[in-house]
Amino acid sequence: MEKTKTRNSLLRNAGVQSLLASLLCILIGLLVGYLVLLAINPAGAGKAIATIVRNFFYYPSPSAQMKYLGSTLVKTSPLLLCSLSVLFAYKVGLFNIGAAGQYVVGAGASLYCALALDMPWYLCLLAAVAAGALLGALSGVLKAYCNVNEVISCIMLNWISLYMVNTLLTNVKEYSSPYTLTLASTNPGALIPSLGLGSLFNNNQYVTIAIPLAVLVTVVIWVLLEKTKLGYELKATGFNKDAAQYCGMREKQNIILTMAIAGGLAGMAASLLYLTGFEQWSCTQSAVPAMGFNGIAAAFLGGLNPIGTIFSSYFIQHITSGGAYVDKTMYSSQISDFISALIIYLCGFVLFFKYALNNRLDRRAEREARAAQAAANQEGGER
Amino acid sequence: MEETYAVEMLNITKRFPGIIANDNITLRLKKGEIHALLGENGAGKSTLMSVLFGLYRPEEGSIRMGGREVSIKDPNDANALGIGMVHQHFKLVECFTVLDNIIMGVEPSKYGFLQKAEAREKVVALSDKYGLRVDPDAKVEDISVGMQQRTEILKMLYRENKILIFDEPTAVLTPQEIEELMEIMRGLKAEGKSILFITHKLNEIVAVADRCTVLRKGAYMGTVDVADSSKEELSRMMVGRDVDFAVRKKARAPGQVVLEVEGVTVASKMHKNNAVKNVSFQVREGEIVCLAGIDGNGQTELVHALTGLVKPSAGSFSLRGVDMTRDSIRERSKLGLSHIPEDRHKHGLVLDYTLEQNLVLENYWKPEFQNRGFIRFKAVREYAQRLIEQYDIRSGQGPVTKARSMSGGNQQKAIVAREIDKDPELLVAVQPTRGLDVGAIEYIHRQIVAQRDQGKAVLLVSLELDEVMSLSDRILVMYEGEIVGELDPKTATVEELGLYMAGAKRKEAV
Repeated sequence: MEKTKTRNSLLRNAGVQSLLASLLCILIGLLVGYLVLLAINPAGAGKAIATIVRNFFYYPSPSAQMKYLGSTLVKTSPLLLCSLSVLFAYKVGLFNIGAAGQYVVGAGASLYCALALDMPWYLCLLAAVAAGALLGALSGVLKAYCNVNEVISCIMLNWISLYMVNTLLTNVKEYSSPYTLTLASTNPGALIPSLGLGSLFNNNQYVTIAIPLAVLVTVVIWVLLEKTKLGYELKATGFNKDAAQYCGMREKQNIILTMAIAGGLAGMAASLLYLTGFEQWSCTQSAVPAMGFNGIAAAFLGGLNPIGTIFSSYFIQHITSGGAYVDKTMYSSQISDFISALIIYLCGFVLFFKYALNNRLDRRAEREARAAQAAANQEGGER
Repeated sequence: MEETYAVEMLNITKRFPGIIANDNITLRLKKGEIHALLGENGAGKSTLMSVLFGLYRPEEGSIRMGGREVSIKDPNDANALGIGMVHQHFKLVECFTVLDNIIMGVEPSKYGFLQKAEAREKVVALSDKYGLRVDPDAKVEDISVGMQQRTEILKMLYRENKILIFDEPTAVLTPQEIEELMEIMRGLKAEGKSILFITHKLNEIVAVADRCTVLRKGAYMGTVDVADSSKEELSRMMVGRDVDFAVRKKARAPGQVVLEVEGVTVASKMHKNNAVKNVSFQVREGEIVCLAGIDGNGQTELVHALTGLVKPSAGSFSLRGVDMTRDSIRERSKLGLSHIPEDRHKHGLVLDYTLEQNLVLENYWKPEFQNRGFIRFKAVREYAQRLIEQYDIRSGQGPVTKARSMSGGNQQKAIVAREIDKDPELLVAVQPTRGLDVGAIEYIHRQIVAQRDQGKAVLLVSLELDEVMSLSDRILVMYEGEIVGELDPKTATVEELGLYMAGAKRKEAV
């Protein structure tokens, strides 16, 4: 009896529940992905799914593994900030689907500052934060003063930002390709410094202080939400904006501030990727980069906990990178995106699994209470 | 031999994790009687009725009708057995007419076309027979609460239900409407309907019920014949101790003016007219002024304007001579305004916050509780523990209990503690005891009187006449956004108050 009680209470722990639900989502996602691969081409399915999970272990030599672990990490840091952006807004009761657009303007601002205005990396980074924050605040203002649903305004702004940034960055693109000029050739000062971190990953030049910076921001966001007066206010506004208004919090201002912070995080995310030189912006792209949307999945998979998102972001980036190694002779080249999308999609079910788990526990507790009662009755009867 | 019972609930036990909501409860409803079900909040009345209505399955016990055991798995089964219920919160479609609402779910149709004329005749006949005045073609959103309730009753009669459950039906009615409802219930009884009447108002039980079953904390306390019992006995059974009905108040001369309301007009969100029209009054030190009136006559809007939740379109409020009409809510709070809100779930609490987080909702920003933007958790905990002890707020895990999981009475105690502990100049209390049980009501009344005795000004808004009469020093009656009368509770009668509330009587310029 005592034992079941402790087991139950462990399962009831919110953190443990989130972890279990997340792991379950991952397993189901991989399973469904495997089934789809089986349906397309049974011969290579097992190998393909293993490739996705293995990611950089695809390479036999430890030094290559290190190098590509580094590359995965380089892309994890922007994803982490995007998921923080979604998470932060969500805690205040807002759904920041605009992280994608804020990411785009962040990329635009940082690249333009770097390539056209020759600014050093930290100014480019600040410009990205400011651009994202401004775009987020715009959605916030619309929500607070005109009661425009933030989801609608964010989605529209996503597209507006994409084409604006494409137009803006056409000024700094390479002559013969749609890609922006490389930072290394145009303005090396705009590259985020590595401070020797790259050498830890077999001289992966893209591994920079962006990675520890992202983790640091995560901790700051956690502190902000859990330890400060502002966090207390913002969360109260998110849970119950009428009560927040009643006790004198300025709920309109809080909504705008929240969206600005969320936007700033997404904007910064873009600069942490583009200022490493890892990718160049394609000025002809006609789809909003998936990074901001993946942030939604990472936020939920991480149990809406800033620290949890560190792990979930890594996982999502891990399988996304892994997908690139799938044998393209057996599967079409979209398959990697497809599989990772499936898994990411299932990650959204974390909350559902938590709910189901709690229901089960409730039912079991009820059954046990009944059994205990029956036993007590019987004892009483025998006496 | 004819069966004497319409329905028998025998030895019903229903458990939820951690509590026994119904512990071996037996309730036998005779044919053609009005049977009251009395108990405090959380006594298990709703659970028992949910079992009868098929919303919960009991672990033990059985339900018998006509001598046979029946199984009620869902509300459809209950309906088929002739059990109908008027819920506390009406289940009506606002934009439908009364007739549409009544026939909803059992619409008479031919070849898929509605046969409304037929239904209409039946409804009119029923409403004549039982004296249930309704306008079948009026939209529900346009009719009074009393008529909405009559619509609900007609719904049950239309379905030819034999057993009618009334869940706290008088909470939303005026004294006259309550009297009318009692008359309707007697009429239904005379027609052979059996009525289960859930309430915690003893006066109504004495007025209309034949027998009364009392529950306390999930346990069965007994069934008594109302004629052989008294209010005192019933309340003792319900609460488990003697209850002091009288509010003890020392005579006290009011002092200086604390709140001055001048010519306040507030626009309505519901309709084009103003909700509050040119209202002026004062509240002074050491007095409890009560704004009485039927729900929806502008009290809510007036309080929202006074506390800063909405802006008045004209007029001014001043607190101790300081004009605060344009001040923010926080500034009003700093001036000494405390507000126990009407809707504790909407405004009063952040339900997903813990008790301690809720207790500092009004003062988390003070240097006591934060240092350069960082919350001082230790100070918050100590403060919460002091309030919990001082105001006897009970909860599962003390300061870290989620407000959502606390009982209504303790949630309200937490709000009262928070607002009173601010040591305000003016306490605005809106329906501070709504939905609470006798014990909690007694406690909150004492706290409010204590504030008055300390020389604080109290503005009370209440729909409960007993509360209005016993607590206040002065009564202002609001009708359609205006103050139509000022009464002295020592000399006024409930009937007189009711006439003012219904707009049948008014005094010129207060």
